[in-house]
Amino acid sequence: MLTFILKRLLIAIPVLLILIVGTFVLMYTAPGSPFATERGIPPAVLANLEAQYGLDQPFIVQIWRYIVGIVTEFDFGPSFIYRDQDVNDLIGQGFPVTLTYGVWSFIVAVLVGGTLGILAAVRHNTWLDYLAVGISIGAQVLPNFVLAPILVLVFTLLLGWLPGGGWQGGQWEYVILPVIALSTSFMASIARISRASMLEVLTSNFIRTARAKGLPMRRVIFRHALKPALLPVISYLGPAFVGMITGSVVIDIYFSTGGIGQFFVASALNRDYGVMMGITVLLGALTILFNLVVDILYAWIDPKIRY
Amino acid sequence: MSRISRLASSTILAAVLCGPAFAQETHPVTGEALAEDQTFQYRLLDQFPSIDPQLVEETAGGHVARQLFEGLLTQNSDGTLRPGVAEEWSSEDNQTWTFTLREDARWSNGDPVTANDFVFAWRRAADPATASEYAWYVELSQIRNAPAIIAGEVGPEELGVRAIDDRTLEVTLTQPLPYFPQMTVHYTFMPTHQPTIEAHGANWTNPENMVSNGAYVLDQIAVNEFFRLVPNPEYWGADDVIITEITGYVINDVNQALTRFQAGEFDMMDDLPAGSYPRLEEEAPDVAHSVPRLCSYYYAVNQSESGHEALQDPRVRTALSYAINRDVITEQILQAGQAPAYNFTHWATADFEMPEIEYASWTQEERMERAMELITEAGYGPDNPIEVNLIYNTSENHRQIATVISQMWRPLGVTTTLNNYEWQSYLEIRGNQNFDIARGAWCGDYNEASTFLDLMTSNNANNDGKFHNEDVDRLMAESVAAADPGPIYTQVEQILAEEMAILPIYHYTQNFVLDPTIRNWPMENVENNWYIRDIYRVAAE
Repeated sequence: MLTFILKRLLIAIPVLLILIVGTFVLMYTAPGSPFATERGIPPAVLANLEAQYGLDQPFIVQIWRYIVGIVTEFDFGPSFIYRDQDVNDLIGQGFPVTLTYGVWSFIVAVLVGGTLGILAAVRHNTWLDYLAVGISIGAQVLPNFVLAPILVLVFTLLLGWLPGGGWQGGQWEYVILPVIALSTSFMASIARISRASMLEVLTSNFIRTARAKGLPMRRVIFRHALKPALLPVISYLGPAFVGMITGSVVIDIYFSTGGIGQFFVASALNRDYGVMMGITVLLGALTILFNLVVDILYAWIDPKIRY
Repeated sequence: MSRISRLASSTILAAVLCGPAFAQETHPVTGEALAEDQTFQYRLLDQFPSIDPQLVEETAGGHVARQLFEGLLTQNSDGTLRPGVAEEWSSEDNQTWTFTLREDARWSNGDPVTANDFVFAWRRAADPATASEYAWYVELSQIRNAPAIIAGEVGPEELGVRAIDDRTLEVTLTQPLPYFPQMTVHYTFMPTHQPTIEAHGANWTNPENMVSNGAYVLDQIAVNEFFRLVPNPEYWGADDVIITEITGYVINDVNQALTRFQAGEFDMMDDLPAGSYPRLEEEAPDVAHSVPRLCSYYYAVNQSESGHEALQDPRVRTALSYAINRDVITEQILQAGQAPAYNFTHWATADFEMPEIEYASWTQEERMERAMELITEAGYGPDNPIEVNLIYNTSENHRQIATVISQMWRPLGVTTTLNNYEWQSYLEIRGNQNFDIARGAWCGDYNEASTFLDLMTSNNANNDGKFHNEDVDRLMAESVAAADPGPIYTQVEQILAEEMAILPIYHYTQNFVLDPTIRNWPMENVENNWYIRDIYRVAAE
């Protein structure tokens, strides 16, 4: 097992390097520059700006310096747009926010989605099943960019119960709406996947055996059916978790939480090379990490899987 | 007792004394009953990249800098000049300007604001090492040696600005510039505190480091979420400041922002959702406002070598301009009080007399008729169609306007290909003249017609269409030294109309919603410069 983990972590290094180089190349081939403004910049000023950010160096030197900066000092360089900040500051301020609402969304999505799915499967073809399926399909077809404005309209404008945005250090009333908006579609997917896999498990031979020997239903479900039924859910949860904790453009834009999700779009549009790279590397590293966690969980749940 | 703790205790004392008493207070001048809550909240579209006055390069940061720092002069609510740090200013020849600074101007750490603070800041703005994207503004203001400093040929200490003593600042220009005092209102020319910048480098704008000289100081900032300003007790006019806290919320989505405004979360937002103004105005006329704003919307026509052959003929450009029914654009698409434009300079520009542009007074049928004649004369028309490439940057309004205009050109036999680019790509494509016709807009940097008309001179970097006319170049050069440049501007506008240098489309308005309890908002300031120290909140009736 340990060798497996070490091997996977070693493979992560070239994967990240390829990611960095690939993003760098794409970034440089895109037209436009972080310093392009409507007013135009005097050439001497532009030259100084480019020197300040190392853009006057050949491509190879730039990418080499970038990688060396990360490896030796964990320094992701300056932001090209927010001139008073560097990338570490920006991610350092935004990531805790994103992590907070991401983890809460994950918990809500798993608990609600999992419960709905399993209930629906156990009470297959009853009103409970139809209700659960109805809710999850409803949640699935309601994308968060539609849900977010509706939530604000209802809870802020009409009822006046919750603030329509902001973060204020993560006070609970600021967290609720983003969590609902972010978790809904994940919850729906989890409900559908767990229902389907639970249904499949419930019709399998070993469950029939368990029931035939007279075990109570509760015990059959929790003791025998749940673990195998969770396998497909878990393979979905790895990337879903990364998706939630690296935030969502929609959540950050609609709720002005100050998380890092909006940088995905904003940094690309502004040509903020530094932030764009930083966010990409962060997302890449987290994806690799949580795929590994999922594989380890698999081995723990399914005794047939050995690495 | 140290200076800091003395300051802190006096502030606390003042707060204790004023706080409870404030509830019953009335406005010292108007006598209106003031609200107990004197905080002001507003919405920002985007996080400002910087609030360092010499590095600010866009509106949002400019608004914040205007509360944190005070330049030589500021503006009254109608945009006219009033003393800022300078209490008097004069010039014999409009070329050497002397500013006398007020004695009681202080930085937020208690240091006096001296002429040297301005010298430092202005040199810093021009110095290529600062890499200010607004360095061109120093050059535009004609301060001696600015171009050479910006180009890195001579050191920043050569800039034509010096401190005669702590309270006297002398500025030497390369040529007479009667409106130079107007230009000092701009944030690029606000003073900065040398010891703070030297001590903290790029981090000097962090709340714990920042030293500023305006009516407010920076209290807190959370990137992409909000920032908060509180009054500066050292400010010379601190006694007249009524608003006790300013909070700006960054809300990217404009519809979401409007919902939150309607839920009472903040007091002001500009940049309303496209097409929402008529409804808002009908529902709440005391909340929705439309005021003139010094920006002009136009289409640049590529007249450089890479331009479309047909568009080099002024008759074709004129036909295209005549065929645009501007009333449809302002009344059907924008619907928020914008003025149809037949010239470049915004109608509300100070001391600018609108030129008599012939086709402005015609009916659209007359214009269309004349357009057909012109295009036929030029050898084009439905029988010999022209295909042009029209580019615009991403925005719902730009797309609608471009679509409508391309339909208006159809009867002339002009087929238009619309190309939409996001902003950064757009700037590069337009700046390299890779277009036939490009959407453009220009906002005045100061309230004087030359801020628009300079754009039409051959060497102007923002003359994206590369319009070239020797008379315009000559007249604009003459206007600088003229005692009354008004008639010259009129003449230039007439040449622009004859040559149809650009296709003017409309003059902007600033559309915003403002909580009706907020009073003294500078509605007549066409540059959209607001100073929160002037506003206050009245008690709800």
